[in-house]
Amino acid sequence: MRGKRRSKIILEILGVLLALIWLSPFYLMIVNAFKTKNGIFTDILGLPEEWTVDNFKQAFIDLDFLSSFTNSVIVSVGSVALIILFSSMAGYALARNKTKLSGIIFMVFVAAMLIPFQSVMIPLISIFGEVNMLNIQGLIFMYLGFGASLSIFLYHGAMASIPVSLDEAATIDGANKWQVFWKIVFPMLKPISVTVMILNLIWIWNDYLLPSLVLSADTATLPLKMFFFFGQYTKQWHLALAGLTIAIIPVIIVYFFAQKHIIEGVTEGAVK
Amino acid sequence: MKSRSVSFWLFLTPTLLALTLVVFFPFIYGFIFSFTDWNGLTASEFIGFSNYIDAFKDKEFLDAIIFTIMFAIVSIILVNIIGLGLALLVTQKLKSSNLLRTVFFMPNLIGGLILGFIWQFIFVSAFDAIGSVLGIEALQGWLSTTETGFWGLVILNTWQYAGYIMIIYIAYLESVPKELIEAAEIDGASAFQRFWRVKFPLVAPAFTISLFLTLSNAFKLYDQNLALTNGGPYNSTQMLAMEIYNTAFSDYDMAYAQSKAVIFFILVATIALTQVYFNKKREVDL
Repeated sequence: MRGKRRSKIILEILGVLLALIWLSPFYLMIVNAFKTKNGIFTDILGLPEEWTVDNFKQAFIDLDFLSSFTNSVIVSVGSVALIILFSSMAGYALARNKTKLSGIIFMVFVAAMLIPFQSVMIPLISIFGEVNMLNIQGLIFMYLGFGASLSIFLYHGAMASIPVSLDEAATIDGANKWQVFWKIVFPMLKPISVTVMILNLIWIWNDYLLPSLVLSADTATLPLKMFFFFGQYTKQWHLALAGLTIAIIPVIIVYFFAQKHIIEGVTEGAVK
Repeated sequence: MKSRSVSFWLFLTPTLLALTLVVFFPFIYGFIFSFTDWNGLTASEFIGFSNYIDAFKDKEFLDAIIFTIMFAIVSIILVNIIGLGLALLVTQKLKSSNLLRTVFFMPNLIGGLILGFIWQFIFVSAFDAIGSVLGIEALQGWLSTTETGFWGLVILNTWQYAGYIMIIYIAYLESVPKELIEAAEIDGASAFQRFWRVKFPLVAPAFTISLFLTLSNAFKLYDQNLALTNGGPYNSTQMLAMEIYNTAFSDYDMAYAQSKAVIFFILVATIALTQVYFNKKREVDL
């Protein structure tokens, strides 16, 4: 038993060392964000000799943080809400209809997952440009199109565990399809809705390429603004790193409070 | 719900409409225009396969394919070995297990663009500093050559993605019944044997999933490539997705870029369908 305990201790130490290595990029980002330009020049690895928050003030202004953060929230929350709303409805309809046609439509949704973004990117932008839909509304609609397949797939799978007898009982009580779904079925789909929300939120919040093609500078989301900002400060790491730190903080806060749900959600999305 | 009923179609309309307008219509539209001299607005002529023939003679495109394949191979190996290693470590019921899991997974919540910028700082400035402190010349001048650009991308991708793949391995490792492990232990199996003879076969499905996830992720990589090397030096670290993007939005050669995008689709779809095939085959075997 003693050998076992010793090997446990060795594993604990190994784990902590690895975790430190994993975190080291964030350590370097944060300590250097608090240094002056000269401070970074003289010492990159250590703590700052004189701490400064000027970098953060400057980066906050140049990132247009409040406005780009708000744009990111509007795009992410809007898209994820539509994806949950409409994908759950579609997943329900497809799972409760056992006809051949329903099966074919489901396969079409699944098949769409085979098409990578870059394969439709050029015509997509050209088509939406012609109907003047290269704006936030257009972007949210695009996210619905790109996010629907996986979400419908997940909802469709989750429907299997909700007995049809519940629908039937509600129908006998006089509820129509719409009421059956929203009052009975949708609340029972809550666990999978959390998964769908997490998976889509991570992806849409961080997405750079699609917004870069769709949005103009005045509606830029955080990743988009980050790209312009970074280009502006290539040789000025103290400012660039402060900007990167600011951009990461919201994500870390959410992760801190919801890590259990996030890891469970990601597992479910990947394994299915 | 009947197919003929109005409610069935009402429930489906929003997603069907979005999918059609955002994915299927552009896909077909793009496919047709890849056989023309379309410039993004109008196409004047149908030119058959010449875009495709040009693409296969295009050195930059071929280089990008080779670079992407090399990157994919190295990534698959490293990400899966490290991902599995981390999964085995955090499932040992250590005091720090939960914390470790949280830390290893964290990079996956942050966008590839931001991660790429952070690592650009690490490779260019921090590596340089560590190199001069320790007197290691190999740590200097990172991202300025093709090799260091390649390994920079591999390190970034491994650091980010190993924690994601870890989550998948954990899910399977935790589903291995405890009784099975205990029985093997009582029968005198060593830790290595318990892993190799008991856990490994039960975790095998996770390998298929992880391998293909890593592969398709490597093929679609764009943000990290853009932020870390931007294809440099001299486009030598340009991956497929970036090469297509640049053909379209730097050279404005839309039809030609779309023909490359179709080739890209065929590659990615083949990978995905191979995975489906292996999954089905395994289900039959069981």
